Amino acid sequence: MVTTPLESALEDRLRELAGSVPDPELPMITLAELGVVRGVRMLAPHSVEVDLTPTYTGCPAVEAMSADIEKVLHDHGMADVTVRRVLTPPWSTDDITAEGRRKLAESGIAPPRAGAAYGPVPLTLSVRCPHCGSTDTELLSRFSSTACKALRRCVTCREPFDHFKEL
Amino acid sequence: MTAPTSPTSPTTTAPATAAAALALGDDALVLSHHLGEWAGHAPVLEEEVALANIALDLLGQARILLSLVGDEDELAYLREERAFRNLQLVEQPNGDFAHTIARQLYFSTYQAFLYEELARTDGPFTALAAKAVKEVAYHRDHAEQWTLRLGDGTEESHHRMQRAVDQLWRFTGEMFQPVDGAHDIDWPSLQESWHSSVTEVIRGATLTLPEGPRADAWAAGAGRQGLHTESFGRMLAEMQHLHRSHPGATW
Repeated sequence: MVTTPLESALEDRLRELAGSVPDPELPMITLAELGVVRGVRMLAPHSVEVDLTPTYTGCPAVEAMSADIEKVLHDHGMADVTVRRVLTPPWSTDDITAEGRRKLAESGIAPPRAGAAYGPVPLTLSVRCPHCGSTDTELLSRFSSTACKALRRCVTCREPFDHFKEL
Repeated sequence: MTAPTSPTSPTTTAPATAAAALALGDDALVLSHHLGEWAGHAPVLEEEVALANIALDLLGQARILLSLVGDEDELAYLREERAFRNLQLVEQPNGDFAHTIARQLYFSTYQAFLYEELARTDGPFTALAAKAVKEVAYHRDHAEQWTLRLGDGTEESHHRMQRAVDQLWRFTGEMFQPVDGAHDIDWPSLQESWHSSVTEVIRGATLTLPEGPRADAWAAGAGRQGLHTESFGRMLAEMQHLHRSHPGATW
């Protein structure tokens, strides 16, 4: 369809709405901050298509994300909402915005290290404790409460914490 | 299982692609189910979580691959044993923790090299492989760390780890039989990479590399042709029981 400025403004608004949905498992950040909303397109008046990429292939939160996006766009007058799952390019923790990282740290989850997502599993150096700021932390398990996190412990303050591991 | 709409519709999948998707999808599905059996039984809480997370990654891969073939639920829950195309390695029972780790070491190393290749070539599996290869790096690291820890641990853990790598060795030859539809894979070179990586880990763990032919007549390996080992039927019965007994049941 031919896009008029009005429709394009609506599309921007819908993109903003879809992106504002909180992550179901990490509700302190939005889907836009997580970097999983890849595109929002008007197909016809009241019909919109959203491209969503999973963090992990088996991430069960994708279904909750889709339902939440559908709801918020339905509430904004879209009768027909389709959420497509896209895999390419693969999501990486580098897609998490600076604001997203800040919010994760604020909530006690060590954010992923930037640029560490490719190549072999990164070394366990210098993940900062989100509680006391110490860099003297150790890995307890590469797998934690959700697929995207690893479990660590701070040697200085002895608190365990989640680390959003690089992918 | 209801997934968001996938851009690829089953009707557009070429037969050769579907055959490969079925083989690789069944590997992921069957191994995922076995790893899930550890929930409530793992030696430590962290391992409950780790094995369940690995199972979840594999289930995600299986769903995408099986969706290329047809309805994922029908494929998972309504096929008979002979219609499954997974490797015999992944259907081997969990055994003790060392067995599970040996199975993980052999399979995750294979999957890492295979997906790396598939991600490099432009084909029907490129997108999934590019995504999964990053997840599999963590599975492989997990298996390698445990192999080292158990092999180079106590006398008992060393003995059990050695027993596990020995017993599962004969199932590894099958991994390098070319999979129909996964062209552009240089299988001999894949086998070579796998062999040198696994050799390094096993030696590093102070273990002895198992000996003997892996793909000779006596060696196991016809899972890709639909022939499975005894315990697989029991696993399937458990996996499919609910769906078959209560058709259409939902949570």
